[in-house]
Amino acid sequence: MARLWRFDETIDTDVLAPGKYMKAPLSELATHCLEAVRPEFAGGVKTGDVMLGAPNMGVGSSREQAAEVLKHLGISAVIAPSFAGIFYRNAINLGLPVFTLSDELHAHAGLVDGAEVAFDFDEASLTLASSGELLELEPLPDFLRDMILDGGLIPHLEKRFQADAEAGQ
Amino acid sequence: METLARKLIARAAGQPSVAVGDVVVCKVDLAMIHDSGGPRRVKPMLERLGRHVWDRDRVVVVTDHYVPADTQETRAIQELTRQWVVDEDISNFYDQQGICHVVLPERGHLSPGMFCVGGDSHSPTGGAFGAYMFGIGATEMGGVLATGEIWLRVPETILIQWDNHLGPYVTAKDMMLAVCGEIGMGGGRYQAIQYAGAAVRDLSMQERMTMSNMAAELGAQAGLIAPDEVTESYVTAAGGSMSDDWTDFRIEAADRQEDHLRFDAAALSPQIAAPHSPANAANAGEFSHTAFDVAYIGACTGAKYVDLAAAATVLKGRHIASGITLKVAPASRQDQDRAAREGIMSVLEDAGAQFLANSCGICAGYGEDRLADDQICLSSTARNFKGRMGAPGSQVYLASPYTVAASAVAGEMLDPRDMMEG
Ligand code: SF4
Repeated sequence: MARLWRFDETIDTDVLAPGKYMKAPLSELATHCLEAVRPEFAGGVKTGDVMLGAPNMGVGSSREQAAEVLKHLGISAVIAPSFAGIFYRNAINLGLPVFTLSDELHAHAGLVDGAEVAFDFDEASLTLASSGELLELEPLPDFLRDMILDGGLIPHLEKRFQADAEAGQ
Repeated sequence: METLARKLIARAAGQPSVAVGDVVVCKVDLAMIHDSGGPRRVKPMLERLGRHVWDRDRVVVVTDHYVPADTQETRAIQELTRQWVVDEDISNFYDQQGICHVVLPERGHLSPGMFCVGGDSHSPTGGAFGAYMFGIGATEMGGVLATGEIWLRVPETILIQWDNHLGPYVTAKDMMLAVCGEIGMGGGRYQAIQYAGAAVRDLSMQERMTMSNMAAELGAQAGLIAPDEVTESYVTAAGGSMSDDWTDFRIEAADRQEDHLRFDAAALSPQIAAPHSPANAANAGEFSHTAFDVAYIGACTGAKYVDLAAAATVLKGRHIASGITLKVAPASRQDQDRAAREGIMSVLEDAGAQFLANSCGICAGYGEDRLADDQICLSSTARNFKGRMGAPGSQVYLASPYTVAASAVAGEMLDPRDMMEG
């Protein structure tokens, strides 16, 4: 079981990867992730935890570190009603699972901050520990699924080039 | 109904048509990178993949962010960039010739129908030419350079139509600030925006570039304008070539009726956007008498030839007020040379302007001219986020070159028409 971290304010790239620490190594930058809105987040998050954001998740600059820090902290999926475009692309390219969910589901009474959930990447679903209820997220196209499973764009390409080489191209 | 965005994407994806929401893989006609996000970031990725750039003729490299390189760190970045260009055998390299979004079209690299990516958030500028162009991060750029391909979710098109004609001293910049004020920075929803209408067709190519450039401020992926004779004459003069089927890209349509937004150019006044967002735009008159210290005419958004010419119209025979510093960083060497030939540079100089390098300069918060904590700047650039152009306490207002120049003369902000039309 994982903890659900729910945020109802708009989360921008500067809150995820504060400009002030952008020159620091990723591990240090990550300790400041979301500190402006939830100071206990970076210290309290555990591998496998799930983040539920508000609409337009990840709005702001094109900095890749905004997605990178969440992956570094062990977040297994970022779920939101909608994503800012560049953040969405960066997340997938870095191998961080991102899923959208309907507004109705976003308002589900069980999806409170701190809820115990089980996230299933293959099924694109969340199960609520309290009720056992299964909540379906919007599935990703296969192409993007594969890229995330490979760990992001560069490892995905590495694999593809290797396969090409083995096929004798 | 077909949209320009879907037509361009379908062509790049090698499919007869695509639908909104489809995820497709597109072939990239051109990839542009600059010194900041370019070679120093993509080189290690290409090395890891054991690849070189997929097509040396489809890659354009520009140095513009760390120019002039006056620290050890920035000199090292420029050295790395130059060496990488040699190693990859790339001939489309523009070293300190101006800002990437302006240099790219002026050297004939863009034409209608192309599918392009840029390693910079203002890459939608290329959409002014009827090309699909958007900004990507360094990792994606690594992928594009290795494969010549990129994935895309086919966006909806939001059609922003400007009816009627702009009045004197009202510009493309004012149109964009007004749209930012109206629909907000998230209003573009990472969809494709297309600009249409009589007032857009009236615009010169460089003014159209200002509109497409600021699609980034609306959070859109692309900012398209259907090509016409204005596009054709610019592209041909720049040494580029128009494809035989370019008139096929004269499409102006939204995907959904509610995404067809209409504005009246004739009713538009010069705009000023207050700190710290372009969405804080309102009629310039509402800011009358607001004090400031630095007038900046700079950036890909606001220091092209047309912008310098606009500033000179106001500054001819006038001088900036005491207490105001006017800094001008012409967007490209070519634009600066043309402005010099036409006497525009000397008008600016006589009015009291100081000139900076043909680079991003203060817009990127780079260099010794960056704003100090207590400074208030009125700027022709696109972005006024907190701390972007210098110290965290600095404040930036955005406006057109006319408004910046007239306010510099007045010593306080005003609607330029108050000065020019008495
Ligand atoms: S001038 Fe400013 S907006 Fe344009 S590319 Fe440079 S930093 Fe970006």
